[in-house]
Amino acid sequence: MAVLLDTSTRLLVQGLTGREGTFHAKAAAAYGTTIVGGVTPGKGGTIHEGWPIFNTVHQAVAETGANASLIFVPPPAGADTVMEAVDAGLALVVCITEGIPTLDMMRVVTFMRGKPSRLIGPICPGLISPGKAKAGIIPGHICKEGCVGIVSRSGTLTYEAIQQTTQLGYGQTTCIGIGGDPIIGTTFVDALRLFNADPETEAVVMIGEIGGTAEEEAADFIKREFRKPVVSFIAGQTAPPGRRMGHAGAIIAGGKGTAAEKMAALSAVGVHVVKSPAEIGAAVRVALRSS
Amino acid sequence: MKIHEYQGKAILARHGVPVPRGEMAHTPSEVGAIARRLGGTVVVKAQIHAGGRGKGGGVKLAKTADEAEQIATQMIGMRLVTHQTGPEGRIVKRILVEEGLQIARELYLGLVIDRAAERPVLMVSPAGGMEIEKVAAETPHLIFKAHIDPATGLLPFQARSLAFSLGLEGPAVGKAVKVMAQIAETFSATDASLIEINPLIVTATGDLLALDAKMTFDDNALFRHPDIKELRDFDEEDPLEIDASKYSLNYIRLDGNIGCMVNGAGLAMATMDIIKLAGGEPANFLDVGGGATAEQIKNAVRILTSDRNVQAVFVNIFGGILRCDILAEGLVAAVKELHVTLPIVIRMEGTNVETGKQMLRDSGLNFTTADAMDQAAATVVKLAGGR
Repeated sequence: MAVLLDTSTRLLVQGLTGREGTFHAKAAAAYGTTIVGGVTPGKGGTIHEGWPIFNTVHQAVAETGANASLIFVPPPAGADTVMEAVDAGLALVVCITEGIPTLDMMRVVTFMRGKPSRLIGPICPGLISPGKAKAGIIPGHICKEGCVGIVSRSGTLTYEAIQQTTQLGYGQTTCIGIGGDPIIGTTFVDALRLFNADPETEAVVMIGEIGGTAEEEAADFIKREFRKPVVSFIAGQTAPPGRRMGHAGAIIAGGKGTAAEKMAALSAVGVHVVKSPAEIGAAVRVALRSS
Repeated sequence: MKIHEYQGKAILARHGVPVPRGEMAHTPSEVGAIARRLGGTVVVKAQIHAGGRGKGGGVKLAKTADEAEQIATQMIGMRLVTHQTGPEGRIVKRILVEEGLQIARELYLGLVIDRAAERPVLMVSPAGGMEIEKVAAETPHLIFKAHIDPATGLLPFQARSLAFSLGLEGPAVGKAVKVMAQIAETFSATDASLIEINPLIVTATGDLLALDAKMTFDDNALFRHPDIKELRDFDEEDPLEIDASKYSLNYIRLDGNIGCMVNGAGLAMATMDIIKLAGGEPANFLDVGGGATAEQIKNAVRILTSDRNVQAVFVNIFGGILRCDILAEGLVAAVKELHVTLPIVIRMEGTNVETGKQMLRDSGLNFTTADAMDQAAATVVKLAGGR
């Protein structure tokens, strides 16, 4: 099994006709993902790379039976595009777009309250369930079907964790890049809850970074409910306070959000916290053997 | 993006927030002229993008215009060091001259995004004029908060409740409610990520004014605020950071001697961490992004090696979309063209990694390749001369 994404996923690509959208839709299709069509306002009725294009998400869902959407649109259109997908009732909405204004994202999360859709991102590499499907930009060839769930705020560190767990032969159930913005659709706690309920996920790798309190909230959740071994790396242990380290959400503000606090909170609830990103795979081996 | 106090006050004033009368000047004679126009006692305030200016000697009271001019003569061009500037400080180039006011009370008002609540939070405190972090740590019961629903904005009852918490009475309550509404409106209208008024003063005559103004804006929203984008002061930024931003590279200067070229913010931070674990110090953080081109890689090498503190370069790349052979090609071309002699340690993984490594080996240049990140870090620390 996997979480969120599997062979039953029927994926729509919003922004399919753009350069990025086309490139990654083809890669996802080549990986075996069922892509049912695209949405580009104004290009409805045309065919792009063999896929039907629609003007609206509602139309696309009615015609194709899509149940998930993958978004590649420029940042000014990002929030509106996500809300259109949510309004059409899609169960999974994956937003790769980088640089959506924070106030726009606040409106998105307010709009989404009480609605059944799950948003992944924005500014994320999306997700992949190895051997089944991918919705995003994670390179499929480094993945392997297996038993580790991966959730990460960082794109390239997700790839590191994937590579290391693949090389050790464990493989992954699902890898979720949740994104580096201050306000995101799916948090560590959401992802952990999904992995907790997935019988094939035997261990989880959680990659956090400085800024915010998402890792501390995850630690609380792990203490209360999570029953599988967790390995964690927190990026930015040496980041100076007050500087935004690339991601909009990666900043130590007012002395809060340091890696040290997060690592302490996670260690306190039994998480295998590693200091070096090179040790993630080895820690998974230790965690799985001792569990 | 940060702006100066005088610019923040101008924005607040446009949204109706009362601010002291004042003007910005570049020269002592301009300062004198403004002080004469304002009349009476004036405040001479150095404009730099950092807090703690008062303690560093960047805020001074002048009883006459001549005194203001004299103060400005010393202040302009001075290297102002505060707890937020670092030891190198900032050169003062702009001065704000403002009317002096009779202060009855100093309050604090701050508006930021509460990430956990996914909405802005308005914070006020009767302990104005102090560092709010200190108030939060020592007397947290003196901070009062209201979360703002993005759908409704700040509601009058929330503002009233905060005004009463501040101990305001009579007409001051209504004035505070109005100021809070105007500041909340400014926040959403400008895509601010921070507005801090410290202090928000109550004058002897019962008026509320923003005596200071710190505003930061969401970089991602600047596309819809061309007027705010204009306020960017390049003098306040690192020239190499500006240079890097021209090529969509994200560069952050640090204190060490190892230049880092990476892709992705998370990997950038992790690379800094692993260098420190190996006993070294990163000189910077340079993120070339997910799909870097040969041109970007060349500029990245140029920027990294133009920092004189850099003794060795660590390239740590996970090639997902960016292929390792493209990276190797870019690196070889850049090092040849720029005649780079510094040692470069490369650890790459991902797509076409073997081809990439072969290209580096065949180049005959001063490259060291490593498979594991920690081993690469140890090598680069050694090449940079250790600690």
